[in-house]
Amino acid sequence: MATHSPLKLHNRSGWLMAGPAFLLIFTFMILPFLMAFGFAFTNQRLISPNPTEFVGTKNFEAMLGFSFLTLEAELQSDGSIKRNSQGEPIFPRLRSFTRNEKEYPQHFRKRDWFFWEHEESKRTYVLVADILFMKALFNTVVFVAMVAPLQAGLALLLALLINQPLRGINFFRTIYFMPVVISMVVVSMLWRFIYDGQNGLLNSLLDMFSFGVIPPVDWLGNPSTALSAIIAMSVWQGVGFHMVIWLSGLQTIPGTLYEAAKIEGASRWQVFRYITWPGLRNTAILVMVIITMQAFTLYPQVQVMTRGGPLDSTQSLVFQMVIRGYEKQDIAGGSAISVFLFLFVLSISLFQRWITRERK
Amino acid sequence: MSKQERLLRMTGQYLLLSWIALIFVFPIIFMVVSSLKPDLQLLRDSASFRAFLPVGDISFENYESAFGRAPIIRFLFNSVLITAVTLLCSLLVCSLGAFAFVFLNWFGRELLLTLILATFIVPFETIAIPLLMIVNSLPWIGLDGIYFGWLNSYQVQIIPFIADALTVFLFVQYFRDLPIELVEAARAEGASWGQVYRKIVIPLSGPVLATAAILKFLMMYNNQFLWPIIVVQEETYRPIMVGLQYFFQLNTAWGEIMAYLTIITVPVLIFYLTLQRAFIASIAATGVKG
Repeated sequence: MATHSPLKLHNRSGWLMAGPAFLLIFTFMILPFLMAFGFAFTNQRLISPNPTEFVGTKNFEAMLGFSFLTLEAELQSDGSIKRNSQGEPIFPRLRSFTRNEKEYPQHFRKRDWFFWEHEESKRTYVLVADILFMKALFNTVVFVAMVAPLQAGLALLLALLINQPLRGINFFRTIYFMPVVISMVVVSMLWRFIYDGQNGLLNSLLDMFSFGVIPPVDWLGNPSTALSAIIAMSVWQGVGFHMVIWLSGLQTIPGTLYEAAKIEGASRWQVFRYITWPGLRNTAILVMVIITMQAFTLYPQVQVMTRGGPLDSTQSLVFQMVIRGYEKQDIAGGSAISVFLFLFVLSISLFQRWITRERK
Repeated sequence: MSKQERLLRMTGQYLLLSWIALIFVFPIIFMVVSSLKPDLQLLRDSASFRAFLPVGDISFENYESAFGRAPIIRFLFNSVLITAVTLLCSLLVCSLGAFAFVFLNWFGRELLLTLILATFIVPFETIAIPLLMIVNSLPWIGLDGIYFGWLNSYQVQIIPFIADALTVFLFVQYFRDLPIELVEAARAEGASWGQVYRKIVIPLSGPVLATAAILKFLMMYNNQFLWPIIVVQEETYRPIMVGLQYFFQLNTAWGEIMAYLTIITVPVLIFYLTLQRAFIASIAATGVKG
């Protein structure tokens, strides 16, 4: 008779039962992941007459390369600064540096991303090899840095509001969670109309509530508002998800702690500061990690609403990856972004591990 | 606190709760209501509260023209088919795997489980392109024999998504909390592992099956976008999300787009509203142990 012993091996049954799941995950997750790592160091294209070659870190250099260039204003023969008709100093043309491979190989073919002025007549330019990638990286980081605290904070407020013993509270919870079950693709399409510059609902509502003081804005057509518009919509869609996670965290805090605080006469703020918040530490880390990992893969919103525009103000890493790897069939370039993105996400989850270890 | 004060406070709380609720529902109401209006009226109404009311010239005309523009029934059928088949296969494959990881002792168990769970932090978007190359070279048996390449098919939208780290993880967590004595007793009486899985573990797994099914449903139905755009060029196999592309260039036909968005969303919303407790519980389950 067979007996169950933790030491007895069941190799055949084990592999048979876990085999399908592992085989599928290996073929469709692990293998493509390893391939992306490999492609990132080659010049692989989808269709190419030339054989694929190993190119080392060239793709990453082409993506991440940058240099600094400090220019001084041009001087007149008497030593004073040359100025244009508006009285601004005139600087030498950047092209003479970025198109001169012999003298300035470090600046060759780079483009100016931004500059700052210092002293009276000096400008330091940041020149980058791949301006689209840099803009995509910058926007993605801004997106994450805005969405993470906003979404986590608002979700916590909602959770505290919902965690009260009020009649019908379940109804409100159901409503707040509703956008979560709607596809981001649908939500993005819908909000395109809400954000519309001419007949958009948001402009009408703002006009109504401000009695005509706030002028209409083309939210998605304006480089200074487009990314914020996408951020606000993403928070609206996802905040209910994190509210539920906060709620499940709140419900793990023993009620006796609250009763004790009541007897001691603690204020509401003290209760939150000394009981609720410490009890939510692990939930807080989990919420932040989930949001950050989701936010780094910003894609459908951009694809549906702006396609990276206006003026590249909503370019994102995943959007650039799709454009390069799929639309331009530059598999190596797309894979290099994949690897970069993965390392970013990995470092965040390692950071989370490190934080949770520390406190145990 | 006097009774009056308490009443006042409660009214304030409900007012606040209702205001917030409005923020979450106004786009959804706007979508459904607008789908019933002709474009001109829709634009006019968006300047007042009429935007949220089904008033004026109400009809299903937008739906008629949307159905004329794209084979919506076909797309919806494809989405439901792909979602349902993936979901059922996923529940079977992942629960079976988790069963082996939790209850059986075998060579390679720890390594395989670690590898599977590690894929949790790989965003799908980062592997889409190599995955395209893999599915493009895989064999399949069709009516006219064996051929290579899975592009333009149902299986290319199903098989890669059957097993995923989150579903395996949910089952592993749940199985670990089951009383091991039940399994041991059944084994002692001579039950095979297959029998233990079928007759003891699965009948006890109602809650985790519901959780995994709901999460998989949301992941599949709502996210059939990037991947089908890449691998499906034929209308025959296209899911409903991708069908939206037919309407992308129509910046003026608002009513028609709203009708299409409503068609996509309403089945999910009905599903959610009838099972809302289970939906919310399943999201909470992902956060319990992290």
